[in-house]
Amino acid sequence: MTKLAVEMDTQFKAAAKVQDPTKRQAAQLAYYRAMLDLRQQAVTRSLLRDIYSSNQLQEQMTWFWFNHFNVQAEKRDIRAMVGDYEDQAIRPHALGNFKDLLRAADLHPAMLRYLDNDQNATGHINENYAREILELHTMGVGSGYSQKDIEEMARILTGVGVSLSPDPPKLKPEEQAAYVRRDLMEFNPARHDFGEKTVLGRKVPGAGLSEFEDMLDVLARQPATARYISRKLALFFIDDAPPKLVDRMSKAFLAHDGDIPSVLEILFHSREFQAASRMKAKDPVHYVVSAVRLTYAAGPPVTEAAPVQEWIERLGQPLYGRETPDGYPLAASAWSAPGQLTAMFEVARQIGSGSPNLYRTEGESKNTPTRPTPPALRSTLNERQVSPALASKTKDVLAKARSPAEWNALFLSSPEFLHR
Amino acid sequence: MHRRDFLISSLGASAVALSAKTWSAPATDQRFLVVFLRGGYDAINVVVPTYSDLYYGRRPTIAIPRPDPANANAALALDGQWSLHPVLKDSIYPLWQKKQITFVPFAGSDDTTRSHFETQETIELGQSVGGTRSYQSGFMARLASQISGASPISFTGQPPTTFRGADAVPNIAIGKVGKSGLDEQQAALIQQMYEGHQLQAAVREGFSVRDKAYAMLSGETAAANHNAAPPSNFELASRRIARLMKADYNLGFLDVGGWDTHVNQGSTGGLLAERVRQLGRGLSVLVEEMGPDVWAKTTVVVLSEFGRTFKENGDRGTDHGHGSVYWVLGGSLPGGRIAGEQVDLKVGNLNEGRDLPVLTDYRSMIGEITGRLYGLSQDRLSKVFPLAPAPSLNLI
Repeated sequence: MTKLAVEMDTQFKAAAKVQDPTKRQAAQLAYYRAMLDLRQQAVTRSLLRDIYSSNQLQEQMTWFWFNHFNVQAEKRDIRAMVGDYEDQAIRPHALGNFKDLLRAADLHPAMLRYLDNDQNATGHINENYAREILELHTMGVGSGYSQKDIEEMARILTGVGVSLSPDPPKLKPEEQAAYVRRDLMEFNPARHDFGEKTVLGRKVPGAGLSEFEDMLDVLARQPATARYISRKLALFFIDDAPPKLVDRMSKAFLAHDGDIPSVLEILFHSREFQAASRMKAKDPVHYVVSAVRLTYAAGPPVTEAAPVQEWIERLGQPLYGRETPDGYPLAASAWSAPGQLTAMFEVARQIGSGSPNLYRTEGESKNTPTRPTPPALRSTLNERQVSPALASKTKDVLAKARSPAEWNALFLSSPEFLHR
Repeated sequence: MHRRDFLISSLGASAVALSAKTWSAPATDQRFLVVFLRGGYDAINVVVPTYSDLYYGRRPTIAIPRPDPANANAALALDGQWSLHPVLKDSIYPLWQKKQITFVPFAGSDDTTRSHFETQETIELGQSVGGTRSYQSGFMARLASQISGASPISFTGQPPTTFRGADAVPNIAIGKVGKSGLDEQQAALIQQMYEGHQLQAAVREGFSVRDKAYAMLSGETAAANHNAAPPSNFELASRRIARLMKADYNLGFLDVGGWDTHVNQGSTGGLLAERVRQLGRGLSVLVEEMGPDVWAKTTVVVLSEFGRTFKENGDRGTDHGHGSVYWVLGGSLPGGRIAGEQVDLKVGNLNEGRDLPVLTDYRSMIGEITGRLYGLSQDRLSKVFPLAPAPSLNLI
């Protein structure tokens, strides 16, 4: 990622220096296209994993945590970093420990860029990142921290930024020991406020980057954090956060020091989880990925994720496309508005009738004929003996299908398939 | 008593006595449409401070010439100080003459990030910049919840931030309405599967909006043929919006992109002039398609996240600034005015030396308009725009 980001930055600066306005626009367009391509590669990798990975929980949790620690690719040069962010900061910890995940995500250059902390320096305080760490990444809004805590947290965060330069900044001799550089993440002591801070009643003496790292550990162990994360997990999987279940999950979170599988185990073995089976309408990513898996996974390998991405985008949940740091909403109601359902049924029809573009290879023209048609879902499902789980209304409707493609479209539109 | 006078008085001394009455009888025959120009439109090259020598000094290649009957490319005089881009001569200028449009210069938000993303978000959420924000609550959603009989719609491909928090607001990419891939029988079969299901109403509503939108397409070819030039996308969209808001919806949101003119933005002609021409044409088509009776009960607000730099940049374009010029249109407006507080545009009066200051807050402006349109009490209004500066513009 370091090499990529630096190269893109060089291209960006060179384009800006072109004298002739028309040629400059062309150079800037080339830069823009290259950045778009980097984002596209990350999307493709992520979606192909979603479709083919045998560990579906790992992929679902990767999406969940990316969304929890949301960044938007379009901001500044994050398109060059977003693939690394998902792959190195999120996925390895998705079923690991929350403390490690928190550190990896919140010290990643993509996140530091996205929440403007590279502009936070002593004397020029930018509170944005401090606020979102407390409000969105850890404790949750209204959970007991104050505006003063945010201001103090922002002081801790001063100097934690991103550098694309191979050289360290000019530092006074006494500052050099505190300088830290890890790939693109740079802690610049000259920009840091080394005074003492107090956050959540805890005194933090000036020390450098370790103030932030230690504070993340403190935040990861807060009961408010345990509750907030447990609530979100429950919402994600069952569209509800029953207080008693959240209590049990929070206790496991604290008892196992942020071990994510321990928390999920409580959730998955709960009565509430069993009762919620097939009750929560899928969000667009889950809907499209599950439909593509069901329809195409047994056939020849899908080589091109672009159509999958287009379906997801049409339904309003593009990967890396959420502008605001709160991530996409987890509640099913956010995705089952009238216009959204109609769009979902249209997408069901397209997935069900087969997209030749799924098998396109690079350089090949669009809509190449002689590609595999989608299998008839009717026989796939017969083999899996799905029929007894279907409502009689659904069975009646499916019986009226006039073609295998229509059968596919109707099945993918059924209430049974629409819900997780 | 004219309805408007009634509402103005209801906000005055007798507000307490009248509030119960206005609550129980909200004006659901009123239509309200917000048009968001995304990208920060260069307001002062569209509604031009032609009185300002500084304007001409700072914009040597892109300024719009002062009003001059002998020059077809000159700006059109509005109130002696401000003038209109000449490309709006046949669309917006007639509305000015009919007093159906008011311009509000020095309008905008208190967000000073000059970031498209941040400032659009700020405005759509309509919450105060300093406090803790709820990203799940947009001002159009809160407005819809305060009006009984509200029938909101978003003319955008995705549900916009401003409608977050509202139940089942239909959204439709109005420029891209096409024939559905699902035929009638398939639509009926899908609805049959959802009979008795909790999503039954939403599924039905979804197909119904789709059908309404598609049905209006049938009349379009004939209407479009009246025009010598083929209609732009925005013009087509405006006609559809007018039809949907005439028949089925009373609270609308539309966004129009393409205003981020950093390079070669042009002057009386060129990039920006073409966008403005399409915008003006689209709005006049909207008025025409609604017809006088419906237009008399319609209010449109045109806004953008920020204005641009007062000085043109080295690329004959402009960069991100602060204050903008908002437009208010309506068939019953006391328009033909430049409204709101102003400062003389000379050295020393610019915001941070580079752009227009904001003297009219978008929340107080929209709050006042919608408060009067729908007879909302201060209490209800404060639920739509908490902590908004007090309104005093008398725009409607």
